[in-house]
Amino acid sequence: MAGSIPAFPTADSRRAAPGTSPGAEAWRRFKRHKMAVASLALLLTMVALVVFGPLLWPLAVNDIDFSARLQGPSLSHPLGTDDLGQDLLARMLYGGRISLAVGLAAMSMAICLGVTIGAIAGISRGALDAALMWLTDLFLSLPQLPLLLLLIYLFRDSLKAGFGPEVGVFIMIVLVIGGFRWMPVARLVRAQFFSLREKEFVEAARALGASTARQVWRHILPNALGPVIVAGTIDVAAAIIAESTLSFLGLGFPPDIPTWGRILYDSKDYLDFAPHWALFPGLAIFLAVLTINFIGDGLRDALDPRRVL
Amino acid sequence: MTMPLLTVNQLVKHFPIRGGLLGRVLDKVHAVDGVSFEVNTGETLGIVGESGCGKSTTGRCVLRLIEPTSGEIWFAGRNVTAMAPDELRTMARDMQIIFQDPYASLNPRMTVAAIIGEALTIHKLTKTLREYTDRIVDLLETVGLSADHLRRYPHEFSGGQRQRVGIARALAVNPKLIVCDEAVSALDVSIQAQVINLLEDLQAQRGLTYIFIAHDLSVVEHISNRVAVMYLGRIVEIASSRDLYTRPQHPYTEALLSAVPIPDPGFKRRRVPLQGDVPSPIHPPSGCHFHTRCPIAKPQCSRESPALKPVAEGHWVACHFRG
Amino acid sequence: MPLLDIQGLKTHFKTDDGWLHAVDGVDLSVDAGETLGVVGESGCGKSVTAMSVMRLIAMPPGRFAGGQILWQGRDLITLPDEEMRRIRMKEIAIVFQEPMTSLNPVYTIGQQIGEALRLHQGLNRREATERAIEMLKRVHIPTPERRVHDYPHQFSGGMRQRAVLAMALSCSPRLLIADEPTTALDVTIQAQILDLLAELKAEFGMAVMLITHAMGVVAEVAQRVVVMYAGKVVEEATVHELFEHPRHPYTQGLIHSIPRIDTAATRKVRLETIAGSVPKLIEPGEGCRFAPRCKFASAPCSAATPGLRSVAPGHKVACILDFKL
Repeated sequence: MAGSIPAFPTADSRRAAPGTSPGAEAWRRFKRHKMAVASLALLLTMVALVVFGPLLWPLAVNDIDFSARLQGPSLSHPLGTDDLGQDLLARMLYGGRISLAVGLAAMSMAICLGVTIGAIAGISRGALDAALMWLTDLFLSLPQLPLLLLLIYLFRDSLKAGFGPEVGVFIMIVLVIGGFRWMPVARLVRAQFFSLREKEFVEAARALGASTARQVWRHILPNALGPVIVAGTIDVAAAIIAESTLSFLGLGFPPDIPTWGRILYDSKDYLDFAPHWALFPGLAIFLAVLTINFIGDGLRDALDPRRVL
Repeated sequence: MTMPLLTVNQLVKHFPIRGGLLGRVLDKVHAVDGVSFEVNTGETLGIVGESGCGKSTTGRCVLRLIEPTSGEIWFAGRNVTAMAPDELRTMARDMQIIFQDPYASLNPRMTVAAIIGEALTIHKLTKTLREYTDRIVDLLETVGLSADHLRRYPHEFSGGQRQRVGIARALAVNPKLIVCDEAVSALDVSIQAQVINLLEDLQAQRGLTYIFIAHDLSVVEHISNRVAVMYLGRIVEIASSRDLYTRPQHPYTEALLSAVPIPDPGFKRRRVPLQGDVPSPIHPPSGCHFHTRCPIAKPQCSRESPALKPVAEGHWVACHFRG
Repeated sequence: MPLLDIQGLKTHFKTDDGWLHAVDGVDLSVDAGETLGVVGESGCGKSVTAMSVMRLIAMPPGRFAGGQILWQGRDLITLPDEEMRRIRMKEIAIVFQEPMTSLNPVYTIGQQIGEALRLHQGLNRREATERAIEMLKRVHIPTPERRVHDYPHQFSGGMRQRAVLAMALSCSPRLLIADEPTTALDVTIQAQILDLLAELKAEFGMAVMLITHAMGVVAEVAQRVVVMYAGKVVEEATVHELFEHPRHPYTQGLIHSIPRIDTAATRKVRLETIAGSVPKLIEPGEGCRFAPRCKFASAPCSAATPGLRSVAPGHKVACILDFKL
């Protein structure tokens, strides 16, 4: 409004270089969060380790060596060994791939499903919106863990038969974890659509003759994704924990696949005399989730719509 | 006598208020309650009124950005209200709109070039990339910006500059009519003057027709040839800007004019005080909507709604006792 | 001695790109019982000045970089928090543009008006409610006995602004700062509120510092006017003197860029404009802030920042040039 200024001048004092896109601006704001930047660096290191580590580390994942069982960290086994003498570092690196991949894949599925449903609900009015919200509420009120167990029990074997043990379980876990995490995203997207739909720049597009599809794709969706990205990072963390929990319960991947949760499961009987066995996977899960949450914090501030709009 | 460019006939817009378990319609907001007017080619019709009078809704209904509840809108001999969506989309090339809020009317994630060029893309108005860029640069320069601004984003501009981008966007299709919906209300005073002058220059250069909607009577009087005063969804008076100021007929117009602050401490004003607040458009008063605050109201006013009647050449008033 | 005497006030804010000099050396005074108009466009620092007087600036990111705010001789900047709290609302009150943000939506109007009374005058709940009803009567809200138990959302915009005025005046302050009190209101309601303000001022015998960007409002209400631009005062005069003989090019430009309804209707005169836009106030250097936009600027204007100098009795200008219009 003319003549009214906030008592604390904020956004307008910025002196951005010409042509700075909102993306570049967001990155600049993200960089101001030391914890977020440090977490990003740490997470990228972890990803690099699990991607390249198994290729570089000479010890195999399931080399059984009873003479070296339950050893603490040493030069030949930097993270120690388990009860079969298998090298924990090799297992952690290999298993890390799966844990992180599950996290990423489950998040992607949740986001895709959530954005699609939220967008359709958000752009339509009346019956379709009501129906989709009813569906969302239904899924939200389902008891997740019991249902998870039920679905695993029902479909595990058929998926294993169809796609092979590893891939089959991977698909099942991703579907099951992602399938229970799309609802908050859908609600978020729908809320964003409701507010953006009334914004003048969307009205302006309509006045210019833009079709509904163009309004959604070009105008509403790009501006709705900020909070979704933040929610997405939290989803990755939650998915990693979910997979770890399933594996810890013995319901996830087959026992010879060393996901971090599985390693934790295997170590639980030996906590007294081989605490290192539980410590490292636990620490890895903890660090992965922690860094992702900090990154999410940084993203939330960087993508704050009040600043960009 | 040439046909007017735009004819609006008994335009009505009611917004339903839903509630209850199944979203039944509980009540209605009578935003626009039977509005009729004409706009001739090349002129500026000002629509002025206070909040809740329905002026912005009227402007949006003309473009069918908001669907009218009933009434007819005729543009250059074609019935806009009866058009199918495809045909309506082509009308976007004839009628455009400039919005109030320079901060909310531009997509923050699009470059200025994309914002201005969107209409060119939608309606396939240019054939080559060269033509497209040239056209956009031309528009930027017309509104007082430059080619340097092509790849910039809205957040890098001031309010006045953003409004210029909005004007360039509206001009991209070469429209005949532009609805200016509080186009300068959110700008600082000195920037307002710049944009007002720009709008006037564009009108002279391109033969544009404006519907200028605002609540600031001084600005409306300055830029308009004719002015319509709205109150609670109806037009109460319509006249040339000179006649409206020198010979106001409707009691509401008189009160409005007397309330406008004048930047001259020596100016002797005679205030016509209005008691109370504007009634809610959900339950407007019966008969003449203004009778609850009118200094000359009589019993007849609450029973019968006065129609717009001519009192002089081009001067119409809706009042039982004036005209 | 003036009631409020601001001398060389500097309020700066820390931002990503450096210090924002929102208020950069402002001299301003209000005498008992007078209405001072502070006029300027967005970014000129008028609101920040008002918030500085009330010590409502968040620090960080703000800080007082210099100057004094003398209230009846005492410097408010160095006053301990406890004492400042006693001065707020009791001696200096403030009303803002958006009444909805000054009113807490979950408390009744009566409770909110009564809050100041109970804090400063130690009234109990019944007494406070009675006083609240009295205040509502004085601001001409009909059926105040009922309305005192209503919530803000049940009031219209104009009524809310009246309620906010009632709140501000409940402890009979000596100075009322009104920051764009009518900008968000319809013009007929604005007229009502301005009339009410004049009435209350006479009744309470208080001084008013009216901050606005509307020259018309200032012409109607103020006795003396201060024009601000880019964090500084550029002109100060009585209201008649300012409109008849504006001396600073910015004031002149401002007055000529506003359409006047009487002339707008009878003869269409093209509006004069001030080219360019308000400068960014991040670590500004020396030199007149208005020079880049000034028609009459020359080399010495950018060399040194002009101070306020007297050009006629009661008329000060911050410009090195000598105008007589």
